[in-house]
Order: sequence, then C-alpha cells, then structure tokens
Amino acid sequence: MNSLKKFSKVVALAAVVGLLGTVVAGCGGSKQDAAKPAADMGIKGSIQVKGSDTIVNLSQAMAEEFMKKNKDASVAVTGGGSGTGIKALVNGTTDLCNSSRNMTAEEKAEIKGKTQKDVKEIVIANDGIGFIVNKDNPVKELTMEQLSDIYTGKVSNWKELGGNDEKIVVYARETSSGTHVFVKEHVMKNKEYRSDALLQNSNAAIVKEVEGNKGAIGYVGLGYLKDTIKTLGVKKDAGSAAVMPSESSVKDKSYPVSRPLFVYAAGEPQGVAKAFVDFILSSEGQAIVKKMDFVSIN
Amino acid sequence: MSPNGDNSAITNDIVVHKESLSKSGSKKRRIWDFTEKISEGLLFISAFIGVVTVILIFLFLFKEAIPLLMDTTASKTLASKNWYPISNPPVFGLVPLIAGSIIVTFGAIVISVPLGVGAAIYLSMVASPTVREILKPAIEVLAGIPSVVVGFFGMAVLAPLIKNLFHLPTGLTALTGAITLALMALPTITSISEDAISTVPRRYMEASLSLGATRWQAIRTVIVPAALSGITAATMLGIGRAIGETMTVLMVTGNAGIIPDSFLVPVRTMTATIAAEMGEVARGSDHYYALFVVGAVLFLMTFVINLVADIVSRRMKEVE
Repeated sequence: MNSLKKFSKVVALAAVVGLLGTVVAGCGGSKQDAAKPAADMGIKGSIQVKGSDTIVNLSQAMAEEFMKKNKDASVAVTGGGSGTGIKALVNGTTDLCNSSRNMTAEEKAEIKGKTQKDVKEIVIANDGIGFIVNKDNPVKELTMEQLSDIYTGKVSNWKELGGNDEKIVVYARETSSGTHVFVKEHVMKNKEYRSDALLQNSNAAIVKEVEGNKGAIGYVGLGYLKDTIKTLGVKKDAGSAAVMPSESSVKDKSYPVSRPLFVYAAGEPQGVAKAFVDFILSSEGQAIVKKMDFVSIN
Repeated sequence: MSPNGDNSAITNDIVVHKESLSKSGSKKRRIWDFTEKISEGLLFISAFIGVVTVILIFLFLFKEAIPLLMDTTASKTLASKNWYPISNPPVFGLVPLIAGSIIVTFGAIVISVPLGVGAAIYLSMVASPTVREILKPAIEVLAGIPSVVVGFFGMAVLAPLIKNLFHLPTGLTALTGAITLALMALPTITSISEDAISTVPRRYMEASLSLGATRWQAIRTVIVPAALSGITAATMLGIGRAIGETMTVLMVTGNAGIIPDSFLVPVRTMTATIAAEMGEVARGSDHYYALFVVGAVLFLMTFVINLVADIVSRRMKEVE
C-alpha cells in the first residue's frame, strides 16, 4: 500500500515535470522559417508582413483581398509597431515590414550588414493628422509652433492664442500609437508632451472628449474629422497661409502634418512579396487605402 | 472509578488494525484501494500545478524586470516624477503611476466599504428571508458585469456628470475611476462581510437583546465588532479587486501621468499603463522591461494585500 502511494506520487511528479518541460521549451521563443524561395510558376507560397499598428488594419484588408485573388498565396499580417517590424526585417523573421516612419540610416546599415541587401523603400499611402477643438472655440487656425507650445505645456490658456479665457485641456494618443510618436517628432520637435496630457486609446475617444469639452484640443486621423467638432487650419509658420487637412492637401504636401506610410523589404521583393506589393500599388489596392480613411498615392 | 480507565477499555475493543483493512482478500476491496490511490494522485497533481503556476508567473515577471534594474541609467529614473517611456533618454518614473493607482483604489474603498458593510448588515440581520433571496443574487449579478461595460458607463454617463457638477475641464478624473471601481468591489465586500456577520453566534444577539439593547444597539456594539476581522478581510479583498482592475480605469481616469493633488484631476494607474503600452513596445527594449517592473511592483502590492487578508481571516477563525 505504501509503495502504491509512492508510485502515484512519482507518476504525479513525472506529469508535472513533463508539463514544466513543455512550458520552458515554449519560453525559448519559436524560430520562424526564413523567407521561402519564390515559386517559379504562378503565385504560390506564404509571406510574413510585420510592423506598424497604424497600418496593420489596412495591411490586413489588403492581404484578404490579395488572397481572394490568389488562392495559392497566403499573407500573414501582424502588428507590434514600426520598430518591431524593422527589428524583424533585421533578423530575417519577416518578408515585408510596415512602417509609419522613415527608416533611420543606422537601421538601413544594420539590415545591409545582416542580409547583404539594400533596403527597398515603397510608399504605399499617405496619412494626415488633423487637430480638432470644440465647436464653441473661436480659434480657427494655429501655427506649427503654437501647436507645439500647447502640447509641450508652454501655453495653457486659449486667450494666449486669441481664444476665450479657458484652460486648454490637451488630448493625445497613448505612447503606443504611431501618431503619438509622429506628432512628438514632427510638431513638437522631440520635446516632451506636457505631463498632464490626457492619453487616449483611440481616435474615437479623442473625438468624443473634444465634442463635450470647451477647452479641449486633440489630434486624430483624417477619417475621424467630422461636423460635431471643429478642425483647425494649420500654418507652417506665422507668415504662411493656413491649410485645412484634406485628401488633396495631404497629397500635395501643403498640409504640414502629413506623412507617408511605408513598406520596407530587404532587397527587391520576390515572388509572393513582389505580387503583394504590386497589388498594394495597383488601383485596386489604392481603393482599399481610400476605404480605410488613408490618402492614396496616385 | 476513573473515566480514563473506562475509555481505554472501550477503545481497546473497537481498535481496528490498518493491516486487517488492506489485507482483505476481496477483489472489490483491491479495486477500491487502487482508485483511491489514483484519485489521491490526481488531487496532488492539481494542487501542485496551482502552486507551480504561481511560482512560474512570479519568476517570469521578475526575470523580465531585472534587466532594467541592472541598467543603472534607466533604473535611476524609476524614482522620478515623470513617465516618458519613449523619449530620448527615456524616463521611467513610477511615482505618478503608483500614486495614481493608490488614489483611485483609496477612493473606491472609501465609497464601497460603508455601502458594502451596510448592505451586508441589512441582508444578514434586518431583511426578511424573501427580500434576502431577491437582493443577494442581485448584488452578485453586479460582480458579473464585464469591466468594459462598467468603463463604458463611466465614460458616457459618469464623466459628463462629474465634469458639470464640479465645473472641471474634463470628467475623466480619479474620482470617476474611484466610483466605477467602487461599483466593482461592492459585491466582493458585501458577500464576504455577510458571511462574516452570519457566522457570529446567535446567542450574542440574544444575550444583548435580553440585556435590554435595541436591535440597532446590538448590531452596532456586539455583532459588527465580533465580525470585524471578517469585514477587514473583505475590505482587503476589495482593495485587491480595485487595484488590479485594468479596462475600466483605462477608460475613465484620463491616463495623464501626473502626481494627483486631488480627486478631481486625471490620473494614470499602473494597470492602465501596462495595458495601453504593451501593444506597441519593442520586445527586449528598456521600455518593455520597464513595463515588467511596473507589473512586478503591482504584483508585490497585491501579494501583500492578499497576505494581510489571509492572516486577518485566519485570526477570525481563531476567535470562534
């Protein structure tokens, strides 16, 4: 009887140790297959696309359409951020990388060093960021410098900008958002956000807050500008004319707060990757860009 | 005539040797014995897995937090007053996050403990059985509301109300978070307090009534003090529930990383920070490790709270 008890304990321990083993093995991180060589006949095979969360939904929609047309191809899209995508390109764990910012010279050099290939940069769409205030706010336009002062906390009252005597309530996106980073680099010239800026998780949340708050200012993607809030015109500097964010002003780069969205590859894309990039740049792909509230490139 | 002598005589008669049980030759008995051992083993496995899981989570959390603590430049910023994780150089000040978590939790407890304990006293001492049968499940249902729904309610209904009431620039404040969290901690506090009050022996109540106390005097001066350790444990668990809540605070507290000086300013809690930033952080970066440091600190806080609750409720059992 005692031996039986021991036996059952041993069995139990063995089971647990076995479980632990699988857990630990799982922690080791799985290695993905490197890019498969392109098939010669038709479009066959699978590719990985990794990177910006700004682009992930757009990329997903593109991949779905692309796979409908090419039954033998599969495109797996994951987010994780532009930085993550670029890292994956360096390590060779992704075929294409989505990025909402330019790759730095260091990153390009790193990829060249690892893969012996030059980085290929493809602009797939444009994105503009609109600054919005409450409908009751008399302020119509601001310069880039004024926007920067608002977001860094140098200016805290609307009357300093020709508005009412009202405290400015600053809304921004969470640090995980590419838009947060873009505004920080582009508008604020890498200065810090004021520490009491309210960081919101989505464009919709910012719109909702600005709708009900007389002193609010926030920024959202082009697709979120609507009549219930007031969109500000933006001036490059005090001397130039104010430009409203719109598809055309983003396209001709006259609106100061706009950016291109990129796909990067190590070397010329081959096989499925090439077909997918071609699809993105085709009129069909650009129609999806429009549908997802970004600005097309043609 | 020693009772001891009598007792020993009796036990000698009915003592059963274990050998005689296990040696019983019947096949059925052997099968029973075997299934008994199997189920013992299975139960042992379940208990063991539970313990091991906790230890593994603990280890993993701290394994991921250590790289930042080793990095002297980054770890020096942990005590600063700002949370700028993506700046150059990054600043990982935990002070505003910890302060945010504490103020929201404190507010939630101040609101929910009086309400919860009051409801518990009513349910166990005052309410008629019919009312209790209706009310108790109703309060339990409150625990079943998903946190996203509570957060949405806080954003859409509570925040505008608070904004207009106090003439604030924004309704997303620590107070909004505290009220929504109080709603979520209420069922925990009520049901555990009610159990504690129900276990106070009836004779306490009867004795104090016969001494001429009114029902309310008896409840206030006898019953509640007797159940106090149970109520304290309930409060502790309520704190644990509130401090660990993520989705709701992410939606209603405004997430501004400042050290709050009142309940009417936006705050950023530790849980909301992890949830909001985990999505885009590059694995293996300082920022990634910093989020694990936040998680580790939070884990330690909840661990201590649970430990205190456990010690207190154990003492409650000793009192009986």
